[in-house]
Formats: sequence, structure tokens, C-alpha cells
Amino acid sequence: MSDKIRKIEGITKESTEALIAETLSVYPEKAKKKRAPHIGANDQGSGSACVKSNKKTVPGVMSARGCAYAGAKGVVWGPIRDMVHVSHGPVGCGWYSWGTRRNMVSGIVGVTSFPMQFTSDFQEKDIVYGGDKKLKTLLEEAHDLFPLAKGISVLSECPVGLIGDDINSVAKSSAKELDIPIIPCNCEGFRGVSQSLGHHISNDTIRDYIIGTREYAEPESPYDIALIGEYNIGGDAWSTKPLLEECGFNVKAVWTGDGELEKIAATHTVKLNVIHCYRSMNYMCKVMEEKFGIPWIELNFFGPTKIKESLRKLAALFDDTIKEKVEAVIAKYDPIMQGIIEQYKPRLDGKKVMLLVGGLRPRHTIGAYEDLGMDCIGSGYEFAHTDDYDRTAPEMPDATVVYDDPSEYEFEKFADALKPDLIGSGIKEKYVFQKMGIPFRQMHSWDYSGPYHGYKGFEVFARDVDMAINSPTWKLVKSPF
Amino acid sequence: MSNLLGLEVKKIVETTPEEVDRVHNWINTEEYREKNFARQALVINPAHACQPLGAQLAAHGFEGTLPFVHGSQGCASYYRSTLNRHFREPAPAVSDAMTEDGAVFGGQNNLHEGLENAVALYKPKMIAVFTSCMPEVIGDDLTAFIKNARQKGHVPKDMPVPFANTPSFNGTHIHGYDSMLLSVLQNLTEGKQIEGRCTGKLNLIAGCDFNTGDYREYKRILTEFGIPHTVLADISDSFDSPCDGHYHIYAGGTKLEDAADSINGKATMTLGPYATPKTFSFIKDNYSGKHVSMPMPMGIEKTDAFIMKVAELFGKEVPASLKNERGRAVDAITDAHQYIHGKKFAVYGDPDYLLGYVSFLLEMGAHPHHILCSRGSKKLEKELQALLDSSEFGKGCKIYMNKDLWHLRSLLMTDPVDAIIGDSHGKFAARDAKIPLFRFGFPVFDRVNKHRYPIIGYQGTVNMLTEICNKFIDIKDETCEDRDFELMR
Repeated sequence: MSDKIRKIEGITKESTEALIAETLSVYPEKAKKKRAPHIGANDQGSGSACVKSNKKTVPGVMSARGCAYAGAKGVVWGPIRDMVHVSHGPVGCGWYSWGTRRNMVSGIVGVTSFPMQFTSDFQEKDIVYGGDKKLKTLLEEAHDLFPLAKGISVLSECPVGLIGDDINSVAKSSAKELDIPIIPCNCEGFRGVSQSLGHHISNDTIRDYIIGTREYAEPESPYDIALIGEYNIGGDAWSTKPLLEECGFNVKAVWTGDGELEKIAATHTVKLNVIHCYRSMNYMCKVMEEKFGIPWIELNFFGPTKIKESLRKLAALFDDTIKEKVEAVIAKYDPIMQGIIEQYKPRLDGKKVMLLVGGLRPRHTIGAYEDLGMDCIGSGYEFAHTDDYDRTAPEMPDATVVYDDPSEYEFEKFADALKPDLIGSGIKEKYVFQKMGIPFRQMHSWDYSGPYHGYKGFEVFARDVDMAINSPTWKLVKSPF
Repeated sequence: MSNLLGLEVKKIVETTPEEVDRVHNWINTEEYREKNFARQALVINPAHACQPLGAQLAAHGFEGTLPFVHGSQGCASYYRSTLNRHFREPAPAVSDAMTEDGAVFGGQNNLHEGLENAVALYKPKMIAVFTSCMPEVIGDDLTAFIKNARQKGHVPKDMPVPFANTPSFNGTHIHGYDSMLLSVLQNLTEGKQIEGRCTGKLNLIAGCDFNTGDYREYKRILTEFGIPHTVLADISDSFDSPCDGHYHIYAGGTKLEDAADSINGKATMTLGPYATPKTFSFIKDNYSGKHVSMPMPMGIEKTDAFIMKVAELFGKEVPASLKNERGRAVDAITDAHQYIHGKKFAVYGDPDYLLGYVSFLLEMGAHPHHILCSRGSKKLEKELQALLDSSEFGKGCKIYMNKDLWHLRSLLMTDPVDAIIGDSHGKFAARDAKIPLFRFGFPVFDRVNKHRYPIIGYQGTVNMLTEICNKFIDIKDETCEDRDFELMR
């Protein structure tokens, strides 16, 4: 619960509800009825969701959502660097998701890391006769050509599920023959309503096939933790992991950004799981808590206010050694952060931002904008659940508009009416709003910049937000003639 | 303790640096190349996308047209993102968001509800429906579904709703392009042929070309000629629209009445014979006027052939402006040939682009040493071979059909070249081989404005030449000894 209710001048519950009603008025009756519960005015004090979520997308509207395969390949499995990830099915899904999420990896490409596109490139005959035999051969070939790959994931695309292939049995027999983990993940794109189910399915496969199959070589310590739901977008993990290490923790595994299969497999021996992206991996934290008794804690690494809060929350669970180190880290970075705020806040104070992203960003980044003097006046998720919106309510100013899986039509209407100074969303929205002359940052991919996480990330974030809003190019949009 | 795979719990073992070195060296050897080329089932880094992406591109080429994906919504997001990334422009398209129940009951309800909503929200003049995997596997009948949609009033009576079956497990994006273009033209031209009427126009089909500059260049050349024309599937404004403070959802495209009237044209020309065979065949059988299929006019000779054919079809002299343009282009290539002559290249991409790159390189005295197509045909292989045989610079150059960019990497490491021509996905192989990648074709995600610069015509030839030669000069400047660092190159 927020200790104070934040109001934005000119935004009231009535004004927001009127805007929503007007926006919905163009829909046919059935669609309007479906969409109405997904848009609402935030009630900051309540600490609970003002919208419904995790429901089917309305057909025929321009949704930003992806699919279960996208959640499995792009988010959970894809970033594990020392595995071969096979997009099993036709060529497209793998090709479109190839290198486009910016989960950066270390290692040597094709030797110790595999950020490539592996596919069975289904042809008609594979649909007719099934792709299991092909998969078996493919797994042998992959193992042969990439002997240092620690494992192989098989991520099924729509046709695989529809024709009833049994990738689970192929994976099982090949894993034994090749003596490496081969993980079948039934993440066909038609499953569920969004990429969120892909996260869940992938988590289940990690639970069933991976966790508990390795042990760390070095002895345990009380400061062993794992960083969960950190995907190393634009190098985020390379900012947060060293920060936690500076605080005295041994970060034994990162899930799954720049991740290593065996380190992930041994996570069941850590003392605490620290989760950043709640949406994609809270099930895993719950599983590890139930099965191995590992407690977990949600943190927010965007902007100095939230970082400081998070580090103290984390230290409170440990001994004085950690508490002292955390205070020392905060004392070290505070003046640096203050310097950044002094540099950028005068240029950004009072500016308004609207968000539409996935995962945790529609709520977690709000504090970072506020550190820079900005207000978030609209926020929403592509594929969130009620628990995400519960967590969003206290972060969002009161009566501001919250939208779940909005259509591009709705998002445009809201932006048109609320006139934000910045929109943070994805590639599909970027050029729409830039044509409208509204500054924009891609907040899935940090717009080819980053990191945005941690102290290191805030400096980049502040620079990028300033660059977007105060670029002189926006002044040229209106022609003088 | 063991898990579902039946594997035992092990201690984590780090791979030794020696072992990493050994494998790192091994993947660059002849032995590895042989193993790599023996692959039967695994495809690594293919240079092609799936059919619906091409279908969407074609749909964007028509005025007021909303591309509509019948299938899973994730597919639509992927096509849109990919086009967004290449053009750095909006790519509005909707899907009817089929999920598990669609798989069981078929997608008609989704399609009908989707069409109704799309019409209400996005007010298109035409909706172009194409499929992704799911409805193809379950066998949805689009013909019936759309007929029913019209009967039930989900789409206005007079709104054209062309549709194409574009299974992703067959062909590549160029085949989807063809199917959609064919469907649009069939739909719009139906009953529009008028005995004795001739628009006097040239219908020009650029093919599955992702370069907006090419479309503008075709139109400019035809304007120089004074030949009225209709470019079929004109994406030049759709994917290169002004930033003026307003978002126009349908920013460009061929006018629907022009497309409809194209059936009464004086002549129709396709410059993407590999991308548009079905469309062209339909045109040959049904359109008035003359029909010509030619390769993409890349390089001087192929541009000459294009220009002469246009002149012949319309009984016109080549205008002085184009003669001068040719002369200036030839001047540019003779001036610069020394920087490219004898250099070896690896090239890959869609068939029509490939023929263009090869033709251009041979003309410049460069060798297209490795030519690779990740979905090619015997016909293409034969045509490429004939092109190689036509020039002494084609000697020793090899063609690889149905090979991918991981095969290409092996070729680069065991039989090196000086540079690659291809799309952005080749950057990893280029880095390993320590050679430049010249980004032409699709997709180009990692450089700006490439699609605005034509690569066809005389101007396109100069553009390619300029980029390639200057890069080689840059490399010399960046890598030479101080004593060899000179003002003049």
C-alpha cells in the first residue's frame, strides 16, 4: 500500500472514465462488452487491480500480444546461452524471434554460446507424416556439430501440437542416447491467451527436467542467492549481478539472462531467490519454496529510489555483514545518482509518460521516471494477470488510466487525449507514435540501448529518456509551410 | 536423485579453456565443413521467412488495405515486428486470435467476429486475409468462411476481401507474396475487363522487394519516359511515409481502382519472376496487352534490358535524361572498378535479389564465389549457372541450393572471400570471417535508411558500387601501416 495518494492535475476518476467510455463507443456491442472490464481508472489506495486480465484477445483488434511459443523461446529458454534451442516446426517462428529480444550472452558463438536459429523447418511432408523422426536426427546432428552445448531445448510451434507429434518421447530417448539433457517444451503458439502461458509451460519444464540435476562444485555459503526473472536485456544482468555481488552475495545462477544450464540446475541449493520479473517466473519461485524450502523476495532495480528500497529489503533478511555492505553500497552510489538526477531532472520535471509493455515494466519503471520528476499517467500490460495489476495499483497515481491488452486503437485514443511527453512501449507502437510527433522509447528492448537495470542502468535510462523527450528533432515535425 | 529424463545428479563441470579452444578451431576446419554439409534434418540460421510475412507485405501495397491474419495472434505480432524493424515504420495488421478452441472447432467464428471488429475500428477499404499455420493444419475453408461472412453482414457488401492460403510449412515469404498479390488482383479485376478499352499504362510488378527506394526508382524512370504506369503492390509510401504529426494508418499503396483497371493495361511487366510466377501466369491468361517477365534490373546490363524493353513495349525512344543517367553510371563504375575488380564475394538471399547481385558483380569484374539460397529451385540453379558461365569472372564460383547461413560460415572459413552480400543475419558469419557484410535485401535491422536507397536501375547500381568500394577503401585506411596511409586512394 502506498503511504500517500498521488494525484495528477487534470486527471480525475470522472475524466478517465469519460475517456474510456468515449474510446469504447466505436466498438461493436459484443467487442465493447469484452473490452470494457479491461480498462479502468486506477484506485491507488485500494492496492488492487482495477481491470480484468489474462483473457482472450478480441479477434480483429490490433493487439500487441505474442504467443506461448514467444514466451518460451523469447523469454525463458532462449536466453540460456550454453544450450541449443530448437524451434520445432515451420521456419517462421524461430526466424522472427532470432536475436530480436536482445537477451545478450557471453561466450563464443557456435562453440560455447548458441544465439542462432535452430529449426526443423517443417515442410508439407512433415505435417503429413509427422516430424518425430526428423527431430531425432536433428538432435543427433546438433549434438555432433555443437559438442560443448550443455543441453538442447525443443520448443514446439503450432503444427507440432496439432498433428499430435510426441516430442516428449523423442526427447527422452535422445537424451539417454546422447547423454545430455534434452527438454521438450510443448509451447505451441495457440495455447493460452498470450506469451504468459509460454512462461508457465517453460517453468514447468525447468521444474520437471532441470532443477535438482546438478550441484555446485564449490561449498555452500549463507550468501548464496539466485537472480530470477533477469533476462539480460541490453546487458541488464551485467549491471545487477555485480551490484548484488558488491553487496556481499554469491549470485549462483541467473534465470535466465546469459544463463548457464548447469548453474540453473543447481539453484535448489541457494538460500534465497531474488525475483525481478515476477510475471515470467513467480511460479518457479513458488515451486522452489514448496519443494526445497527456498524463500523468495521481489525486487525492483529501476531507479535509485527503488534500488535503495530493494537492497534494504533484501539486507533485512540477512546478517549485519550484509546490512553494512548494503549501506556502504548505497552510500557509494547515492551521490552519483544524485548527480544524475541534478543533471536531468530540470530537463524532465513534470513531463508525463504512458506505458504499455510486458512483464514487470509497466509498474517497476514508474519509480525511475518519478526519480526524474516525471509522472506516469497511463500504464498497461500485454499479458499480465490480476496479481500484476494488484501490484501496479499502488505505484500508479490515482485515477490514471490502466489498460489491459489494449488495442492499438485504444492506445492511440488515450495518447491523443492525454498528450503524454513520452510513450514507453514496443516496436509495433514505436513508429505509430513517432509519426504523431510523440517521443518514444522501446521499453521491451531499451531501444537498442541499455542496461536500464541497477545503478549503472539508471544513468543510461536517464540519458535515453532525456534524449527522447528533448531531442531537437521533434521541433521539426511541424512544417513551417 | 534423478529427474524425468532419468539422468543422475552431477557436479557442475566447467569446460576447460583448452577444450573450448580445440572446438573453436575445429568448427573452422574442412572436417567440420564436411560434417556440417552432411546435415539432413537440422536447419541453422536459414535465410528465409515464412509465407504469411510476404502476404502481409503485398497487402500493405494497396490503398486502404488492412492485412488480416487468420490464425494465432503471435504470428501477426511476429510479422508486424519484423516489418517494423526493417522499415522503421508502422505495419498495421490484425489477427483473429485463434486459440485452442479454434483448433477444435475451426476458426470461422474468430474470422467473422474479427472482420466485424476490424471494419468498425480501422475502417479499411479492403481487407486482405491470409493464413498462418494453425488454420492450414486444421483445414479451415477460407472460401466458405468469407462467403458466409459477407452473407451474415460481417463485412460491407462492396468491400473486397481477397484471401490467400499461406501455409508456413511450404515455400518462403516470396511464395506468400505471390499468393496474396494474385488474390488481390483476381478479386479487384473480376469483371473489370472492357472490350476495346486500353488504359495505355504499364503495370509494373516489382516482386517481393523490400526496398522502398526501388519502387520510387521504377516510378521515376517511367515518368522520365513519359509512360503512364501502375505499380502493383506499391509499398513506397506505406513504408516510407512522412512524419507530420499525424498517424495515417493507410499511408500509401496502389489505388484500388488503378489495380482493378490494370487488367485493361497496355502491358504488364514483372521484375520478380521468382517471386511472382502465379500472379504473372494469371495476368498472362487474363490481362489485355503484352506481358513480360524480366529479372530485377540490377547492374548495367539488366537495367539496359529493362529500359529497352519498356521503350519497345511503348514504341518510345529512350529519353536523353536516361541515356545520360546510364552514361553517368558507367562513368562511375569505370572510375571505381579498381576497388572491386577481382574481389571474391559470398552472396545469399531471395532468388530475384541473388540473380541481381551476381549479375552486378560479374559486370564489375568481381567473383560471386559462393552463391547460396536457403530455399532455391533447380530452375534457379540453372539460371545462376548460365549467368556464371557467361563471364570469365564466374569461373570457379559455386552455387549452393537449400543451404543455410551456418553452411555459409563453413564455406567462409575454409574457402575465404573478401566480402558478403546479404541481409543483417549474415553479420555473425561476417564477423567470424573478419570481412564486411554489405546489407542489401531483407531484413536489414541494424543499419538505418538502407531501404530508402534504390538498388535497381542505373542509380541503384551506383548506390551499390559506392557502398562497396568505399568500404574497401575504409578497410584499407583503417588497417594499413602508417607508411602506407595516403591522402589519395
